[in-house]
Amino acid sequence: MSPTDDPQTEARPEKNRDSSIMLDRFQFSSNLARRHRLGRIWLVLLRFSTLVGILALTALIASIINDSFGYAAIQYKVDPNSLTAQGTPLSELSCEELIPILEENLSTNRFRQLISEKPLAQWSQEECYETVLAEVAKPKILETWSLVYSLRYKDLLKVYTEQKYPGSELVFKTWLNRDFIDSPQSSDPLLAGIRTAILGSLFVIAIVIVVAFPIGIAAAIYLEEYATPNRINGIIQTNINNLAGVPSIIYGMLGLTFFVRILEPLTSGSVFGYSDPTTANGRTILAAGLTLALLILPVIIINSQEAIRAVPGSLREASYGMGATRWQTVWHHVLPYALPGILTGTILSVSRAFGETAPLVVVGASTFVRFDPDSIFSKFTTIPIQIYQWTARPQDAYKNIAAAAIIVLLLLLLTLNATAIFLRNRFSRRLV
Amino acid sequence: MTLNIKLAAPLLSNPDGISSNGDYAIEARQLHVYYGDFLAVKDVELDIEIRKITALIGPSGCGKSTVLRAFNRMNDLIPIARTEGEVLFHGQNIYTPGIDPVEVRKHIGMVFQKPNPFPKSIYENIAWGARINGFKGRKSDMDNLVESALRGAALWDEVKDKLQQSGLSLSGGQQQRLCIARAIAVKPDIILMDEPASSLDPISTLKIEELMRDLKSEYTIIIVTHNMQQAARVSDFTAFFTLNEQRAGFLMEYGPTNELFLNPKEKITEDYITGRFG
Repeated sequence: MSPTDDPQTEARPEKNRDSSIMLDRFQFSSNLARRHRLGRIWLVLLRFSTLVGILALTALIASIINDSFGYAAIQYKVDPNSLTAQGTPLSELSCEELIPILEENLSTNRFRQLISEKPLAQWSQEECYETVLAEVAKPKILETWSLVYSLRYKDLLKVYTEQKYPGSELVFKTWLNRDFIDSPQSSDPLLAGIRTAILGSLFVIAIVIVVAFPIGIAAAIYLEEYATPNRINGIIQTNINNLAGVPSIIYGMLGLTFFVRILEPLTSGSVFGYSDPTTANGRTILAAGLTLALLILPVIIINSQEAIRAVPGSLREASYGMGATRWQTVWHHVLPYALPGILTGTILSVSRAFGETAPLVVVGASTFVRFDPDSIFSKFTTIPIQIYQWTARPQDAYKNIAAAAIIVLLLLLLTLNATAIFLRNRFSRRLV
Repeated sequence: MTLNIKLAAPLLSNPDGISSNGDYAIEARQLHVYYGDFLAVKDVELDIEIRKITALIGPSGCGKSTVLRAFNRMNDLIPIARTEGEVLFHGQNIYTPGIDPVEVRKHIGMVFQKPNPFPKSIYENIAWGARINGFKGRKSDMDNLVESALRGAALWDEVKDKLQQSGLSLSGGQQQRLCIARAIAVKPDIILMDEPASSLDPISTLKIEELMRDLKSEYTIIIVTHNMQQAARVSDFTAFFTLNEQRAGFLMEYGPTNELFLNPKEKITEDYITGRFG
């Protein structure tokens, strides 16, 4: 057969001529300069947006640091040094020496009240010391100044304090210090610390991870690998997506009704024979952790689904082609491949839970916890709750310790994230 | 219900016994495959000879890959795919209700178009399949299995010093041979190859083709290819698929490769293999 026998090949040159004539009629202008200019304008906009973000972050950090350091005018009701006879500093006395001072200086009622909170035998030296300081010496903050102000008007402040508050001391306070991290909550901003809140936060977040991570991944695996695309599964999927956008306070109300009220025997630990007179009827670390787990569950599911969806189909085919079952494919190939992505989503969600305040307020975070949580059935407070309460107070000094607490919160978050990212990167390196 | 493996097992030990009786590795009977409402493959009747290489050729969209995937129920993984008719594997219909597709795929292995080794070590790529399929044996047995499979895929000499390296660190051609090694490590009867050399350079392609000729002595191989020269070079039998006006693929012509290429019965087959269309 020669090419001309084929009607198709005959028709082709005709067609080509047509289209070339057509194309000749179109004109192109040289717009390269304009296209480059447009690109440059966009680049400026992109840089500007990044700059705004950086500025906002810098402003935040600067303002926090500004409030965390600075001068404070302090006045003692009783000079702490006058309490000890031998002239040894108060902080070096043992509990046995400190308790008589308490008994001597406090009203019987107040003393009994303190003992009822925690039996004397269980008090540590630190607790004894801090109680004496708080209850007897009663230092009082009269006024505080921010870091910038303190550095700029140092001399002026001295004169000002002497005139306005005779008998007071002007001290440069580092609000974020070892004592602050190490001390329990106190009604006095000078003595207040964040240890109970840090421990509370860590406890709660541990529960969140233990509950939300496996359930979230399991649900994502089911929805991606097993569920057939039918109406019911469509409805489930839509609802999960919507739940991810529900305001966190709604979850707080759900937690209050469900975990605190309905599941009270479980969350208060009474089912397990755990009874602590100080726990507040199911308003425990467990209830808080479960509430926050519920809050981030939809986000973890959605993120995990994305990660699982990104696993190349060729990998699944390879596995099935080898005679693997669905579960073997999921467990040996899909999950390991998706895990870095799943972890990224989980890290973000857990960070969100770490900083959540509103739902915990509703669930019933304790406003004042002096003693460390000792189990998941303890009363709790978390760092954000603490910050929230401190910022709500009118006195100057609370603003400073709130700022210090924010630094602690941010540092803890960074540490948690860095650990998680480190683990994730190690994991993804092992894969390739 | 499991596959009747007893039929298959003697085949391995007695190669001539059954094939001379006119038995086939796979027989497709009135095979139809639908994607939703769309009829993708229509009424395929095809007998695949044991220990021969059968090539499925045809223009894009003619359903040759679909047919290939119907042979080990890979289409089951596509939710909208539906298969009608029978695929007899040594006489037993693999679409009989109750037959486990996982069991089918153990006996009928697959090599894909794009090399897809697992993101694991070379050793694990091979050991994994054996392990999940119930490999019984000590570490040394597994070492031997890995070596045999790699030797079988003509890859051993290239990778014996780096078995713990990632399978993804190999070149494309080596990856594809690793995939073949992985497939033969679970001792299948049949290996399905879906354009195994289409993403490889000519030298790697040549190696894969040589490998297929070697493997023919032990395995039945079915290969889908777009490369007519490849089909002519390696295959013993060729099935030519094309599509009708409804874009449904069907089997146009099937026969020994020599006959089909030198003396095609159908005009369309001749046009296709001489490169006049497709």
